[in-house]
Amino acid sequence: MTRTATFSAADGTFDKADSSGIGAGRPGFLWAAPATLFFALFAIVPLIMVAVLSFARWDGLSNPEFAGLDNWKLLFDDPVMIKSLWLSVLLTVLGVLVQTPLSILLGVWAAGHQRNRAVLSAIYFVPMLLSVAAVSVLWRAVLDPNFGVPAQATWLFGDGNLFGTQAGAIGVLVFVSTWQFTPLHTLIYQGAARAVPRVLYQAAQIDGAGTVRQFFHITLPQLRNSIITSMILMVVGGLTTFDTVLILTQGGPGSDTTISAYYMYQKAFKSFDYGSASAIALLLVLVSTLISLVVVRLSGYDKMRSTMEGL
Amino acid sequence: MRKRRPNYFAGFGSLVWLLVVGLPLYVMLIATFQSRPDYAANGPLAFPGHFTLDNYIKDLDSGFAQYFFNTVVVTVCVVGIVVLLVPPLAYTIVRSRGRVTTTVFRLFLLGLAIPSQAVIVPMFFVISEAGLYDNLIGVILPTAAFAMPVCALILTGVMRDITPDLYEAMTMDGASPRRVFFQLVLPLSRSGISTIVVFSALQAWNGFLFPLVLTQSAETKVITLGLYDFQTEHGVDTPGLLAAVVLSMLPVLIVYLFARRALVQGLMGVGGK
Repeated sequence: MTRTATFSAADGTFDKADSSGIGAGRPGFLWAAPATLFFALFAIVPLIMVAVLSFARWDGLSNPEFAGLDNWKLLFDDPVMIKSLWLSVLLTVLGVLVQTPLSILLGVWAAGHQRNRAVLSAIYFVPMLLSVAAVSVLWRAVLDPNFGVPAQATWLFGDGNLFGTQAGAIGVLVFVSTWQFTPLHTLIYQGAARAVPRVLYQAAQIDGAGTVRQFFHITLPQLRNSIITSMILMVVGGLTTFDTVLILTQGGPGSDTTISAYYMYQKAFKSFDYGSASAIALLLVLVSTLISLVVVRLSGYDKMRSTMEGL
Repeated sequence: MRKRRPNYFAGFGSLVWLLVVGLPLYVMLIATFQSRPDYAANGPLAFPGHFTLDNYIKDLDSGFAQYFFNTVVVTVCVVGIVVLLVPPLAYTIVRSRGRVTTTVFRLFLLGLAIPSQAVIVPMFFVISEAGLYDNLIGVILPTAAFAMPVCALILTGVMRDITPDLYEAMTMDGASPRRVFFQLVLPLSRSGISTIVVFSALQAWNGFLFPLVLTQSAETKVITLGLYDFQTEHGVDTPGLLAAVVLSMLPVLIVYLFARRALVQGLMGVGGK
């Protein structure tokens, strides 16, 4: 983990050696076979089944019947489905807008080397350790209209029932995800901010640029790749939020926080309409795969570059 | 050297965030040491008059000990599968440049994008058909599978940082892939392996959706599901509920205190640059 700077160069020579015929002592595919088979069986096969089921009518008991595009047509005629898509997007966009500036500021700040920063960053990290279920249960208790904090601080929360209105419930969901996931993104920015060459700041200082100008003219542009990676993680995470909604709002009030992932769960395990549920699931996969392909391209990861480079 | 001027704005902001992170944790801890009537009377922010451990004892008596045990079983098995399967995979990805390996690597990259909700419907039927519904094995297998892509990503990153000279030197001596793996790759990837242990353990410990859909009885319940059920059934017993939340995070917190570096480094690697 320490040999990082020389890596790309080393990789180059390594490729040359490879093409000049030193192929002995390299592992064959058999080494990867157990993991690949296992992964295929429990992730890829079900994924293919989802695709097939999305074109079928199935209640889980009788045999599945081919239904063509029926599920898809029904979905796009279903007002709740349209609303759920819109809500998923809304929650995701709000999440990105709130978490990105926050985690950039915290990450850049935490990248400094004073001791107090190390201690604070260690504390900031704690919400990451709790399960989404635990975090949701915790916030449900803290924000309880009768026994929680809102009842104590009516000047801030009004009647205190944050879960009673759509705006309130969405606000809670965005806040809770921010609370839990900001540490992860802070960490990404912290690593990237440490990798910004010191020389740039020294040059800026000689030119008389202040902290704020340095932040906007050096730090932010240098963080560009991390911003892309982090945002894409947020988008995929946001689109597939599920536990938070199930525990905090149960999709309510009404269907005001019924996001697509939760709607899919309801379709499958409450209405036993596995065909429609599979169609929603496939839609989620398509969107998140599309976004991830963009990440892989932008980050160059599939080119087998070292991720530790510069970290 | 860069002259350091104190940045009061940033310092203030970081303290505000400390409050945002710390206050709910404080409310949680304080609540768990109070009796229910005390909590209702004092409110969530007051420091309790007398401490009690009853909430924890009550939780452990009412099934959480069992859920705890189940979660430990799931976590240990998931970590076992991941540690057994992922290092040889990462080794192949890094060292073999064949087309098959590249395809395999792309498959795992694709896996990063598959949300577990997306496959939950077929998973339910596959696990039921296999006779593993309401069985911890049925939870362990998919959880391990879904932990694999990120672990593969972390470990290939680490193994790529082993200098090629070392591989070449061993190969020159006529070492077989097996010897290279056990004598070179494994010892040098120890930090990466501890990262994937921590990471997959965290995934398994905090898993929710697979247990929710693939189990139903109290004998197979894991902690996260126990929390969820507790809330739906006795939502008014806030101190008891929060004590259960604390119980659920205790082992993770202990691991964090010891393996902080590995965890944080591994996650930084995922972020990329």
